[in-house]
Amino acid sequence: MAYITKSPWIIHYDASSCNGCDIEVLACLTPLYDIERFGIINTGNPKHADVFLVTGGVNEQNRPVIKNIYRQMPKPNVVVAIGACALSGGVFRECYNIAGGVDKLIPVDVYVPGCSAKPEAIIDGVVKALGILEKKREAMKKEAGN
Amino acid sequence: MESIIFLILFPLFAGVIMLALPNGRGRDSFVNFAGVVTCIGSLYLLYEYFGKGAQFFFVDGTFIDPLITVAEIAIGLFIIGMSLKFRKYLIAVLAACQMALITYTDVVFEPSHYAGYDLFIDEFSLIMTVIIGVIGSLICIYATGYMKTYQEHHKDVKDKRPLFFFLMFLFLSAMFGIVFSNNIMWLFLFWEITTLCSFLLIAYAGDEISWKNGFWALLLNVIGGVAFAGGIFFINAFSSGSDIYLNELLTSSPGIALVAATFIGFAGLTKSAQFPFSSWLVGAMVAPTPVSALLHSSTMVKAGVYVIVRFAPVFEANLIGIAFAFIGAITFLTASAIAISQSNAKKVLAYSTIANLGLVVACAGIGTEEAVWAAILLIIFHAVAKSLLFLSVGSVENQKHSKDIEDMGGLIAAMPKVALMMLIGMAGMFLAPFGMLISKWASIHAFVNAIPPFGMLLIAIIAYGSGITVFFWTKWMGRILEVRTEREPLETEASKPEMRAILTLGALTVLACLIFPLISYTMIEPYTHTIYNSVSPLLSLSNEIIMLFMVVVVILLPVSLFHFAKGRTLRRQYMGARVSEVSGEHLRFLGSMGVMKEAELSNYYFEGIFGEEKLNRAGVLSTILIIVMLFALVSWFVPLEVIM
Amino acid sequence: MSFLDVMNVYPLIGVLLFIVLSPLVGGIIFGIDRIITARMQGRVGPPVLQPLYDIFKLFEKEKMVIHESQNFWIFGYLIFMIITGALFFGGSDILLVIFALTLAHVALILGAFSSGSPYAHIGAERELIQLMAVEPMIIIAAVGFYEVTGSFNTLDIISSGSPLILVLPGIFIGFVYILTVKLRKSPFDISTSHHAHQELVRGLNTEFAGSTLGMVELAHLYETAILLGFIFLFFGLAAPIIGLIVVALIYLIEIFVDNATSRVKWGLMFKSCWIVTAVLGVVNLMALYLI
Ligand code: SF4
Repeated sequence: MAYITKSPWIIHYDASSCNGCDIEVLACLTPLYDIERFGIINTGNPKHADVFLVTGGVNEQNRPVIKNIYRQMPKPNVVVAIGACALSGGVFRECYNIAGGVDKLIPVDVYVPGCSAKPEAIIDGVVKALGILEKKREAMKKEAGN
Repeated sequence: MESIIFLILFPLFAGVIMLALPNGRGRDSFVNFAGVVTCIGSLYLLYEYFGKGAQFFFVDGTFIDPLITVAEIAIGLFIIGMSLKFRKYLIAVLAACQMALITYTDVVFEPSHYAGYDLFIDEFSLIMTVIIGVIGSLICIYATGYMKTYQEHHKDVKDKRPLFFFLMFLFLSAMFGIVFSNNIMWLFLFWEITTLCSFLLIAYAGDEISWKNGFWALLLNVIGGVAFAGGIFFINAFSSGSDIYLNELLTSSPGIALVAATFIGFAGLTKSAQFPFSSWLVGAMVAPTPVSALLHSSTMVKAGVYVIVRFAPVFEANLIGIAFAFIGAITFLTASAIAISQSNAKKVLAYSTIANLGLVVACAGIGTEEAVWAAILLIIFHAVAKSLLFLSVGSVENQKHSKDIEDMGGLIAAMPKVALMMLIGMAGMFLAPFGMLISKWASIHAFVNAIPPFGMLLIAIIAYGSGITVFFWTKWMGRILEVRTEREPLETEASKPEMRAILTLGALTVLACLIFPLISYTMIEPYTHTIYNSVSPLLSLSNEIIMLFMVVVVILLPVSLFHFAKGRTLRRQYMGARVSEVSGEHLRFLGSMGVMKEAELSNYYFEGIFGEEKLNRAGVLSTILIIVMLFALVSWFVPLEVIM
Repeated sequence: MSFLDVMNVYPLIGVLLFIVLSPLVGGIIFGIDRIITARMQGRVGPPVLQPLYDIFKLFEKEKMVIHESQNFWIFGYLIFMIITGALFFGGSDILLVIFALTLAHVALILGAFSSGSPYAHIGAERELIQLMAVEPMIIIAAVGFYEVTGSFNTLDIISSGSPLILVLPGIFIGFVYILTVKLRKSPFDISTSHHAHQELVRGLNTEFAGSTLGMVELAHLYETAILLGFIFLFFGLAAPIIGLIVVALIYLIEIFVDNATSRVKWGLMFKSCWIVTAVLGVVNLMALYLI
């Protein structure tokens, strides 16, 4: 088993959400959910992160930021889109400046629906992402082997 | 003996010839030639006297002694004349005092009729010879390239290059004289020559500030000169006479030796720019860089510590020695602390020189065998590393037209060779397996056994000082390494002669670190063993091996670069993910109103804590206090001896 | 054969044990640290071996750097940290140990500087301040050991007849004070912190990714082993059990302080370290003459 699944460090970016989902993401850190049990640490630096949690529907200002964060995350990495907004734009979908979903900009691996997404759902999403992380890691290893 | 006399006289004659040669290729190649000859001469001397122990030479003085008196009076008159011309009456008065003392001694006591060895050589002199010969002449060679650029950049400075090179070589010749003289009257003449040369070299640019700083250096050194003359007067007046010979003096009764050592040591303090006299060395920065390099590394200040280290055995285990040690230690601490607040590269180097010499003086003041060992090692390492740093900074200054450390950001990309040499020099100044740290290690070993409670206080001072040293060197190294954007290296980093000198010195620094156990074993230990009649090796084999092992690791580490260069993904700095990686506008922040702001990086200087003025005042006051106590202590010894 | 004889004959054993065991021991200590911290906050906390998992994971990741020479410094940091520990546990001169430790940290700082990033730059400057703040105390502690045992060698120090803490209480307290800085614990975790992953981004460590960060973390484990070993020297083999208990206790106190205090500004950190050194360290050193 790859160690990456035992120590997924996350970076959380708020791409113009209503803050509802962000609060739920942070709730995961609280004693009630305590994601550190899974070795998860909330870093503030893409260069240290393995999992990219994005909330919100991505407006014009956020576009380059999301791309840059993604680019500066060392592989293997996964992107988890959280909340209806991050999935499709949600209630802001029709706004003139909203991209309507994170996957318009970067490849998303796990979608966590909800408005707002529940902490349990978020944790589930991250755990699901771990499997993908491991697969990516294997792929990387194979590639390095060749 | 011929080679000794050759070394003293050759630079002098070469200098006189340079005085006559016009600017141009011819003079430059002659300077190179003279430098190489001096260098080879000093190496030949090393070969000739290596492992032979102390050798003394008798010189027929009938002809030379009057010459020396005449030369001393001539120098005195010149100084008085200059200072009257520029209305520096205090200097004139002091110089007159000094001249009167010496002439009176010459006429009344006739020291010249004592029979004794005028010249000598031992391992310590040999080490100094190699330092002066090799580093001094490398600096002269460097100067041929540097001064050409200097005169092109400074059109307002009158071109006095023939005089410049004459003074540089005269300086070398005087330094050789100092380290070979056994007769203190001779030593004093050479001593005065260095004072004079440094004055004229500092004032080279000829503008107001140069003259001012030149005279300030002259004033402080003349104060030392008066003390020196006083010491000579004392020896002649109160001792059996043959004590004017260094080897006799060191073994004479503590009354005579200690008092003489105090006076001459005091002169050494002024020359080696210890607090409260440190300001002249900082002021000397107005001179062209080769002058600074010469003053700081192989000559002038080294003459000051040389005499103090010579007298070190006299200082062992007494309060006068402790007083010297404290002056040195306070100088070390204060000067290092001031270096933190300086962003002018040459000033940082100046203060670090003062600090390192302070450490040497502290060791000499303790005066135990281990301390002297550490002091001599410090002198060696400091000479190579500091001259390397000065020359590199000089070349950077010629290229970038700035000597501010803040302007050296990413120098490793723009001038890789010079920057690498600077890094080696700095590592040599404070990092573990390299030179200075070995000496610091040895000096702590030496201090723990000094007279209680003083030894502990000294250690505390060194402990704080060493933390400070790490700070100001590392932040400078960091600045050089801080490559923010890809930049093309400059086409030429420095002129050929400059580059040659810098690379040689860089190689010498590494070499000195590698072979220092050898130097210690074959030169320093024999010297300390004869002085202290001991046989024990000072550096245990296991520690030696550890240090060498670390040096080798440091040298081998860059090999790992080959590994690290492969298979890496290159990404830009993290800038809050605001700035596009792809469009080359990285290292900017988005400011208000959508304005992109360039990120500015600069080092910490802590003006509030380590302000120059404040610390200078504290250092000067405390050391003046110690000097007052020093002379109060000495006055205890004088009457006793005089009565007896 | 007693422990001392073994060490005298085979100093290499100490070195090997250090190189192999201290990542494990350090990892477990850090793991316990994280669990206790979590419990103090009413959480469960990660597995004990979590710090080691983190390091293994970092070595699995893509090797991302700003420019190639950056890793060279960090590799130097790790190597010199190991050499430091090897010297320490191999029973050699403690001053050399201290200087090697400084060298290691300088390499780390230069690595951060060389990235040219504003965040790493500030972190590097702060790390330098920390280095300057703790250096005097460590040297004074070494000299204190010498004054009592008459030797700078760690082997002689550890085998001293009576526990050194009896005559060096001031130096001991002073050393514990600066230990907070060295372990990067709050209130003195100003260059980079175990907890604050977002402040100044990550300070010193901002630009180290993947295996580079892994080397930094690994070196930190080694350093922790060295520092705790240093504390143990105050008790030595004269009171080994008490020594181990006190080392554990000190670490617990550090965890408590870490969780109970908020970070101070660098000025306070720097000045208080120097003052504590002067008041406790230097005075203790001088007092040795009176005893
Ligand atoms: S999904 Fe709902 S809670 Fe989450 S950011 Fe969008 S609007 Fe807010």
